[in-house]
Amino acid sequence: MSDIAARPVMAADEEGPFRRFLRQTEIDSRLLGMVGALALIWIGFHLYGYFVNGFGAFLTPRNLWNLSVQTASIGIMATGMVLVIVTRNIDLSVGSVLGLCAMVMGVMQVWYLPQWLGLGHPALWIITVIMGLAVGTAVGAFHGWLIAYLRIPAFIVTLGGLLVWRGVAYLIARGETVSPVDSRFALLGGGPFGSIGATGSWIVGLIACAAIVALIITGRRQRQRFQFPVRPVWAEVFMAVVGCGFVVAVVLLVNSYPWPVGIVRQYAEARGIEIPDGGLFIAHGFAIPVLILLAVGIAMTFIATRTRFGRYVFAIGGNPEAAELAGINTRWVTLKVFALMGFLCGLSAVIASARLNSATNALGTLDELYVIASAVIGGTSLAGGLGTIYGAILGALVMQSLQTGMVLVGFDSAVQQIVVGTVLVVAVLMDTIYRRRAR
Amino acid sequence: MNAKPARTRTAGKPATAAPARKAKPTGQPKVAAAANGATPLVEMRDISIAFGGVRAVDHASVDLYPGEVVGLLGHNGAGKSTLIKILSGAYPRDHGQIYINGQEAQIANPRDAKAYGIETIYQTLALADNVDAAANLFLGRELRTRWGTLDDVAMEAQARKVMGRLNPNFRRFKDPVVALSGGQRQSVAIARAILFNARILIMDEPTAALGPQETAQVAELIKQLKADGIGIFLISHDIHDVFDLADRVFVMKNGQVVGQAPTVAVTKDEVLGMIILGKCPPGAIPGPGAMAA
Ligand SMILES: Nc1ncnc2c1ncn2[C@@H]1O[C@H](COP(=O)(O)OP(=O)(O)OP(=O)(O)O)[C@@H](O)[C@H]1O
Ligand SMILES: [Mg+2]
Repeated sequence: MSDIAARPVMAADEEGPFRRFLRQTEIDSRLLGMVGALALIWIGFHLYGYFVNGFGAFLTPRNLWNLSVQTASIGIMATGMVLVIVTRNIDLSVGSVLGLCAMVMGVMQVWYLPQWLGLGHPALWIITVIMGLAVGTAVGAFHGWLIAYLRIPAFIVTLGGLLVWRGVAYLIARGETVSPVDSRFALLGGGPFGSIGATGSWIVGLIACAAIVALIITGRRQRQRFQFPVRPVWAEVFMAVVGCGFVVAVVLLVNSYPWPVGIVRQYAEARGIEIPDGGLFIAHGFAIPVLILLAVGIAMTFIATRTRFGRYVFAIGGNPEAAELAGINTRWVTLKVFALMGFLCGLSAVIASARLNSATNALGTLDELYVIASAVIGGTSLAGGLGTIYGAILGALVMQSLQTGMVLVGFDSAVQQIVVGTVLVVAVLMDTIYRRRAR
Repeated sequence: MNAKPARTRTAGKPATAAPARKAKPTGQPKVAAAANGATPLVEMRDISIAFGGVRAVDHASVDLYPGEVVGLLGHNGAGKSTLIKILSGAYPRDHGQIYINGQEAQIANPRDAKAYGIETIYQTLALADNVDAAANLFLGRELRTRWGTLDDVAMEAQARKVMGRLNPNFRRFKDPVVALSGGQRQSVAIARAILFNARILIMDEPTAALGPQETAQVAELIKQLKADGIGIFLISHDIHDVFDLADRVFVMKNGQVVGQAPTVAVTKDEVLGMIILGKCPPGAIPGPGAMAA
């Protein structure tokens, strides 16, 4: 033990400039690794497409915009999976719970609610979404109760749930596909109308930049007030510039993907706008599901790092017995973790079914694998106690990039399965090696 | 170490407030009436617990007065840790009662015990390895800002204060405690127990991993806490330490109490005889586990 305690002192003398840079900016080396892997995947698929198929389709605004929308559903669930895995549990049922929530919302808004409210009623989508979220939360809480209070291992409870909820979803609609969804509900899935456009995206971008700067400044003030060590000023400025630069780049990207010509024409006709010669450029901007993911990411980071509940989640993962002895009601916390996971499944179900414009019986199949893989790739340790929300969202982006890339360059689904399965195992291996080194 | 012991007041209700007095007064006479006739701070009466077939604690009774240090001695596996874990709410007892200030206490879990002002330094330390020292100190009793969020900065500030008194060389406030040395971890566990206004402090081998300087500091701390009127159960295998610090000792053997004695009334060799043979010297009051004379 004592040699570990001595290490940082020693390391300060002999660390290279890069390590010093990482330490002073407090950038997680793991985060850099993930960004590197992502760059590698993106460039790799682009070049592969370019050389083998004659065109590089990956690094285009269109593909990257679609990628962002596709990441939303998995990413939202991955943030919940972080907390589940941190408490040394697992949830194998998220895909089926998503399917169930989507089906409940499908039949509500297509079969039942229109009978009472009339088709296209403005409150229809709100009631539907609340229903979906409520069902997800209830199912999650039920899982949590079985796990925490009846002491059935999470693996078994959620493996059972994987089958049960898929079956229930099938019974609800007798296996039928339910469509089309309410027109307002459909906006939650993205698409040209489910995006906020160029101006809206700039506003979001500016708010994000302001928030980054504000966070850095208040964090520094806080530490100064109590005379704790602070980062060097250059490191703070560097972080602010990188953060804001990244935000601006993303806004430019989503604003460079125009609406398809057909939609523009419809839109222009409906509004009586004259289309100029060069065509009318209407940018998508951020898609609503991406904004939902962003909001969930912020909310979950807040929950994980700034609230008592989040602190307890991590403490339980680090040492369940110690958490109990410290007076934490570990069972209640566990139940809440699973309820939160269920809520996020419901939210993902909103996006997935809105995007598809229907609820199908297969919706969410195999999502559990993608979600768990995202969390693990993002640095969540299966041994419990460690994990970050931003890591899981980045992990989801990695998984979705692989998936999209393989479709884009024309790998068939058998190869896709092999790759995804391999990546999952390799990610856990890398995690094990990384942690052994870090000790 | 000449500052006052940490008497950190946390936001909200003081830790020493007894919980909504579930306890009902009892008319039973005190079994182990002390020489001074005062009400004991803690009285554990006729406590038993078995794990499977093992009778870890077997009809044991111990008591503790305010401002008193009581040493609990016994061979490995004698049942010392198990007995105090019943007091700290970690284990449910099979049999027996606990009285705090003469009133029967309902202690079903660690939260209940803390509400009675019972703080514990566990032999295993019971730290959450993956979070930092401050988070461990305040685990379960986090300080919060007026928006209800964790006030990490304030918690770190208090952690620095209390750790500075226990272990002035400690600097690693940002690291998870798993990365600390054994002694540093022990300091964190001790700091956690004294951070809140404990009335009753349980120390299960508090200095096992500490260096000589830190051990001396803990001894100093125990004296200060004692002077403040706090009752302390001290479990230690170092009989010299116990004789230095404790006013009375209880000796356990195979889950039973061999006997108790004021440290002034017995010699170290006699206490060793109690521990090893279960033989009570004339200066001791024999318990159920005493070897038949
Ligand atoms: N959780 C448990 N499950 C089963 N048996 C236990 C448990 N805890 C303690 N025991 C048993 O109870 C007996 C008393 O253990 P305890 O830890 O109280 O001893 P101790 O006096 O603290 O010993 P030491 O000096 O080694 O710390 C031992 O025989 C032990 O094996
Ligand atoms: Mg012990």
